[in-house]
Amino acid sequence: MSVNTAMIEKYRNDFLKEVEENVEEGHWVKMCMQCGVCSGSCPFGPHWEHPPQEIFMMIRAGKRDEVLGSESMWMCTSCYNCIVRCPRELPITHIMHGLANYAHRLGLAPKMNPTRRFAKIFWDNIAKTGRVNELGLSLNLYFMDGFGSGVKKATAMAGVGVGMLRTKRLNPFALVRHKGVQNPKEFQSLLKKAKEVEDRRKGLAG
Amino acid sequence: MAKKEYSFYPGCSSERKASASNYMVSVYAMCEKLDIQLNEIPDWNCCSASIGYAEGGELPRHVMNARNIALSEQSNSGQDIVATCAACWLGAKETADRLDASEQLLADTKEVLREAGLDVHLKNETPIRHMVEVLIEDIGYEGIAQPMQKSLEGIKFAGYVGCQTNRPFGVAGESFENPVYLDKMVETVGGEAISDYEKKVTCCGGALAFSEPEKSQKQIKEIIEAAYDQGAEMIVTPCPVCQMNVEVYQNQINKHYGTKFHMPVTYYSQLLTVAYGGSAKEAGLDGNIVRAKKLEEIASK
Repeated sequence: MSVNTAMIEKYRNDFLKEVEENVEEGHWVKMCMQCGVCSGSCPFGPHWEHPPQEIFMMIRAGKRDEVLGSESMWMCTSCYNCIVRCPRELPITHIMHGLANYAHRLGLAPKMNPTRRFAKIFWDNIAKTGRVNELGLSLNLYFMDGFGSGVKKATAMAGVGVGMLRTKRLNPFALVRHKGVQNPKEFQSLLKKAKEVEDRRKGLAG
Repeated sequence: MAKKEYSFYPGCSSERKASASNYMVSVYAMCEKLDIQLNEIPDWNCCSASIGYAEGGELPRHVMNARNIALSEQSNSGQDIVATCAACWLGAKETADRLDASEQLLADTKEVLREAGLDVHLKNETPIRHMVEVLIEDIGYEGIAQPMQKSLEGIKFAGYVGCQTNRPFGVAGESFENPVYLDKMVETVGGEAISDYEKKVTCCGGALAFSEPEKSQKQIKEIIEAAYDQGAEMIVTPCPVCQMNVEVYQNQINKHYGTKFHMPVTYYSQLLTVAYGGSAKEAGLDGNIVRAKKLEEIASK
């Protein structure tokens, strides 16, 4: 049984409870009073299919598929405007991150969403050596849809790359040699263990 | 003035030949003049940044930051942790807060850190601060003025504070909507800080400049435009992500919107280094893609 099916079985029609128990800071959702300040404060507000205020109401209305399958949370730029302006002090940014992570974990997040894909590339990048490899990060992003489109995207970005190289702000040899933490294996085992403990704690062990 | 020592968390973008390497050059030059000693946290790792949540979840993210805190408390015991990057500062500080608030999370984090023998070093009692806090609170504006050899008179700066240095934690005594410390820093070293910079705390798109370039570049366009509107000659910022996003996409924005942007985007530490008599190289000005010519001129005098 997939983790998603297990969660549907466990919570039946109580999506709010599912969010409260599994999503980072999810216990705050019921505190939203629908004022809409978050939605009006978001720099990417117009691009959200459902802005945070709507997402909160949809959770309470049990719209599980619509929420977890939405592109909305993936529009969060982590600017924290909503957090500091919310009159009820809901940690909205973290709840959006939490929902995105939960949807991604259950395999319900939109597959082709560029921020979801970039986030995965970013995590794999840092998990490898413990420190960001900026060259690897950019190239993996440009080439994620294959070689042809990668060349096109990389060409479009060439001007930026040349500027960064010229000012010594990009290491052209980072694919062969990149300095990370002293013991990457130990670092990777910490992350693996952390995921195990978290999955156990949240019943996501599958 | 006695030497002040801090446990330093420089972060990934600050490394040699990384996107904010010139920020780091200027930070070290600035700190030398202010008699600040930065003791790098040995073997630090990435904070997981603002985009790590999606794949990383909660605990792995907190473990990453807790590892840094433990390493700092092991090697640089008693010294405040200082970060120069907004995301590093935010990530570490957020983890410290969460571990403080939840015994469960703290226990889980220690269980994981035990694998590397670091659980015994994690006390989670070290203040986690941004370099601008050190300047404002520990050095003070008078102290910032003290090593001055040159004035930045005649340059108009748009102080772009951005998001993560400002929210959700911010700097004590400053408002989220209109923080003034960056303007005060500019004025302290003789520069002119434009008032009414409308986009002072507007988001540049952050990590989404990579994944949603069109949407982010619209933000960036407005940030630069508002600086020009008020007659600014340069933008100054405390954040490496803001600096990069606002500087490097100007050609693409010009192409798309028909604008003619050529706006230097500098760091506060570059301003201070030049004011303290440092060369353009010591201030990392050779690392700016859009050259800050007026600052370079003052530096060469």
